[in-house]
Amino acid sequence: MGAAISRRSLLAGGAALPVAAAVPGRQAVADAVAGQAATGKVAAAAGTGDAVEPFHGPHQAGIATVPQAHAVFLGLDLLPGTGKEAVVRLMQLLTDDARRLTQGRPALADTEPELAVSPARLTVTFGFGPGLFAAAGVTSPVRALPAFETDRLQDRWSGGDLLVQLCADDPMTVAHALRMVVKDARAFAKVRWSQRGFRRAAGTQAPGTTQRNLMGQLDGTVNPSNLDRSVWLSDGPEGMRGGTTMVLRRIRMKLEQWDAADRSAREFTIGRRLDTGAPLTGRNEHDEPDLNRLNQLGFPVIAEFAHIRRARAADVGQRILRRPYNYDEPVGADGTADSGLIFVSYQADIDRQFVPVQRRLAEGDLLNEWITPIGSAVFAIPPGCAPEGWIGDRLLTA
Amino acid sequence: MSGVPVPGWRKALPVFSRHVLVLAAALVTVTACGAQQAEQPSQAVSSASPAQAGAPASGRAGVLSITDPWVKTTKKGMTAAFGTLVNPTDSDITIVSGSTPLSSRVELHEVVDSGGKMIMRPKEGGIVVPARGTHELRPGGDHIMLMDVTEEVKPGVRVPFTLTVKGGSPLEFTAVGKDFAGGREDYQPGMKH
Repeated sequence: MGAAISRRSLLAGGAALPVAAAVPGRQAVADAVAGQAATGKVAAAAGTGDAVEPFHGPHQAGIATVPQAHAVFLGLDLLPGTGKEAVVRLMQLLTDDARRLTQGRPALADTEPELAVSPARLTVTFGFGPGLFAAAGVTSPVRALPAFETDRLQDRWSGGDLLVQLCADDPMTVAHALRMVVKDARAFAKVRWSQRGFRRAAGTQAPGTTQRNLMGQLDGTVNPSNLDRSVWLSDGPEGMRGGTTMVLRRIRMKLEQWDAADRSAREFTIGRRLDTGAPLTGRNEHDEPDLNRLNQLGFPVIAEFAHIRRARAADVGQRILRRPYNYDEPVGADGTADSGLIFVSYQADIDRQFVPVQRRLAEGDLLNEWITPIGSAVFAIPPGCAPEGWIGDRLLTA
Repeated sequence: MSGVPVPGWRKALPVFSRHVLVLAAALVTVTACGAQQAEQPSQAVSSASPAQAGAPASGRAGVLSITDPWVKTTKKGMTAAFGTLVNPTDSDITIVSGSTPLSSRVELHEVVDSGGKMIMRPKEGGIVVPARGTHELRPGGDHIMLMDVTEEVKPGVRVPFTLTVKGGSPLEFTAVGKDFAGGREDYQPGMKH
């Protein structure tokens, strides 16, 4: 397949990522899910409340899983004095909640068991921030990102010792799972932030259709086709093998200013057509952009600072797996939108795969005129666990 | 997808997954008709695996077990333990008393309506798990009452329990500490204390 940059890179782009793709994003995701042996189930039950994603396995679910419609990202800070013994108890409790709820069973001591019966592809994914490793006395495999010039980070959307990512195709399912997790976590931690995100509702579009973000751009991520190479860790600390790392960035869209940009300016900014998502040098969404083509005046058709040019990763093996969600908070009294993207990426190595691209975008991307990173956090995503284990067991009991 | 065997995972203390409980139920039990107790509960739970569980589960169809045992967290004083007792045998099984290192005063309680107010009190004659049936121990219903608890019961801790079965060997299990806001019915002490 000759596709180079899918439209999803626009979104990512806004968010930050590069991506040259040899495979359409949906194929990559499908491949990834096949790797989890869940394809048939997902395909057969997509859009229904009964659909179940597996919980146990070498990798945590919610990463290679075909993105569900609704998500909540919960950032927790451990209470002072919370050490390894307490973190172990916390993770045992939360893992138990996750393995039950994702399979459509009530949590232990669930006060609303009727809300647990429709898992709707619920996944619950855990990530450990540098603070959790410090509390447990274990060397952290991740560290905070370097500062980028375009960052306008707010504490209320940044950092966190423990991440819980909850995704499902039904918002009630997400709400109930969140409630159970929070009730079990609050003896150990305070909520630092929670971020709700959404994509197209299940069944709204034909499977695999590229969705649009709230700036109207086709949100067609070109994701890596080989997750073993670019996402899952195969070396380093034993307790992280099969895991990965996560970058979570809250990207605010300046929709009032975006309103003032006409279509040609918008397309020039991205380097793609808004209607089809085709590169300005091509006809179809997945056409390879011709970055060398010049117009009649001798300027590049895809501008030097067009988003797709800046976001492009030279090495396809360095692609990151993007799994973003939109956010749309209450409208201000004057009608101002509070909208944007919860940019989420998974990659084996943040410094090698994420940072160079983000640095390139921060240094010069026309899209920066309309987007602002206001939150940032990094987490180590431990591998999955066995039926008798819990998330983080190999990290925290070694 | 099945879990990939990972060095060290067996050492890890498991959470109470349904799988583990089912297995544990198969291993940690006792029947009213005299089957031997399999193992210590902690070992049974820790080492239970699907492969190991299959055999005992089918080979010991007739043993009392408990699924999803948990104990409400507390700083000290009173608390209670819950779970679902499962009796696969053809005879009713009566639990007459309980014990745990957490408390020197353990009672089997019921919650009843007393003049429009829900109160809990010792259950006369113990708790009966019907033949081929289950009996749920839950907040607002029958439960294992712990009094004079002097050690904090933290969320996620594992607390060993033993239930004495009339005419059979005891049922041992491990309950997990869980924060829980409910189950605050007034306590009505029994005569024997």
